Amino acid sequence: MAFNKESQGFTFLFSIIMVVVVATVLAVAALGLKGPQEENMKQEKMQNVLGSIQVESSREEASAKFGEFIKKRVILDSEGNVLSETEGDVKTLSVDGKEAYESDAFNIDIKKQYRDKSLTDQQKRFPLFICEKDGNPYYVVPLVGTGLWGPIWGFIALEADMNTIFGATFDHKTETPGLGAEINQSWFEEPFVGDKIFDDAGAFVSVKVVKGGADAGDMHGVDAITGGTITSNGVSSMLENTLKVYVPYFKKNSDIASI
Amino acid sequence: MSTEVKEAAAAVVKEPSEPLFSKRNKSLLTDPLNDSNPITVQVLGICSALAITVQVKQAIVMSLSVLAVMIGGNLIISLIRNVIPSRIRIIVQLVVVASLVILVDQVLKAYVYDVSKALSVFVGLIITNCIIMGRLEAFALANKPWRSILDAIGNAAGYAWILIAVAVVRELFGSGTLMGYKLVPDAVFEMGYMNNNMMILPPMALITVGIIIWIQRSKNTALIEEN
Repeated sequence: MAFNKESQGFTFLFSIIMVVVVATVLAVAALGLKGPQEENMKQEKMQNVLGSIQVESSREEASAKFGEFIKKRVILDSEGNVLSETEGDVKTLSVDGKEAYESDAFNIDIKKQYRDKSLTDQQKRFPLFICEKDGNPYYVVPLVGTGLWGPIWGFIALEADMNTIFGATFDHKTETPGLGAEINQSWFEEPFVGDKIFDDAGAFVSVKVVKGGADAGDMHGVDAITGGTITSNGVSSMLENTLKVYVPYFKKNSDIASI
Repeated sequence: MSTEVKEAAAAVVKEPSEPLFSKRNKSLLTDPLNDSNPITVQVLGICSALAITVQVKQAIVMSLSVLAVMIGGNLIISLIRNVIPSRIRIIVQLVVVASLVILVDQVLKAYVYDVSKALSVFVGLIITNCIIMGRLEAFALANKPWRSILDAIGNAAGYAWILIAVAVVRELFGSGTLMGYKLVPDAVFEMGYMNNNMMILPPMALITVGIIIWIQRSKNTALIEEN
C-alpha cells in the first residue's frame, strides 16, 4: 500500500470522509422517507379517532372514513370558546399553507403541548372532533397523560348529551406488557361505554379507574388493571385533567345543569 | 492467443479461487446454527432475545432487521478493511452499524409502521447487539466480502432461530396465540385453563433460553466444558 494507513493525517482524513458520507446517506434517507412516515402517523391518528366512535377501519381506508364520519374539527381555548372550525379534508402544511394548517384541530400536537411545561392552560389549544354516525352526533376528545414508564394517550367519544361515554380507545408508548400495556385492549376499554362524566346534579366528576373493581351500578368508575395500578391511575388522571378543560364548552352546548 | 490471455489472467489472481459454496464457506453458514450459536453458546445478544420474544411476529421482524444490519455491516467493513486505521476501528464499526440501524428503523417506520411500533426502542438497540459488533471485529475485519456475507447470514440465522423458538413458547403459553392467531380454543379456557402471565415477562424468556441451552448441550456433548 502506497500510504501509511496508521498515520495521524490519514486517520483524520478517514474520519472526516466517513462522517460526511454517513451524514449524507442518512439525511437523504430521512428526507426520502418522510412522506410515507408522516402519512402513517396521520392515518394512525385517524384510525384512533374512528375507533373511539366504534368505526373499525384499516390503515388504508382510514383517510376516506375519516372524511365520511368526522364532520367538523374544532379548536377550543381553556375557557371553552371556539377558536376555529374546520371541515372537509385534513389540511396539510405543504398544500394549504401555515394558517390553514394550524387552524385545523387535527394538526394540533397535544402530546407536544402536554410535554411543554412552560405553557399555561390559557396558552394551550384544545382540539375537539365532532362526528356523525347513523344520524347521531358524537364528540371526540383527544386525551394525553402519563403512565408508569412514559406517555399514555387516547380518544374518548361522548354522545349527543355530552355526558355519556360512547367509546374510548387508549394507547401507550412503553407500559409493561401484560400489565399496564393492557389499557389498549378491548376488555379494558369497553367498560367505559355508557359511563357518565357528569353526576345527576351536573357537576363534573370524570370517570375513575377503580382498584379492586368498580361496583356494577357505578356510572363513574371502571375496573382497574391488576398489577397495573400506576398506569390505571394515570388513565384516571388523564381523563379528569383533559376532560375538565372541555367542561365549559360542554355546559354551554348541552342541557347539563350548570352549578 | 486466447491461451496467453488466460494465463495472464491466472497470474493476476494470487490464490486459486475457491468455489462460492466450498466446504469451508458452507461451515460459515451452518456453524452458528449450532456449534457456535451466538445466543446459546456465545451468550451474545441476550438482551434483545429477552425483550422482543413476546410475539413471534416481532421476533421475525427483529431477526430480519438484524440480518439486514449484519449483512450490510459485515460487507461494508470487509470492503474497507484495508483502509480502516486500526486505532479508530471500533468507532468506525460503531458508526457503520449505527447508520445501518437508523436506516432500517426509518424504512420500518415508513413501510411497516405497525411492526415498527411494536418493536419501538428495540430496533435502535440493535446497535448495542453484541453479535453485530462481535462479528465485525472478529470476522469482517480479516476476511473477504463474500465470506463476510456468509458469516453474517449464518450468525443472523443462528440468532433468528433461537429468537423465534423462544417467541413460539412465550406467545403460545403467554397469550394462547401464534402469529396473532388464537390457538388455544375457548373451551379450554372455560375448563379453567389460564394464560401464564409470567411467560410474558422477561424472566421467563431467560428460563426458556436456559432450557434451549440445556437441550442443545445434552444433544451436542462437544459443547460441555471439562470442568
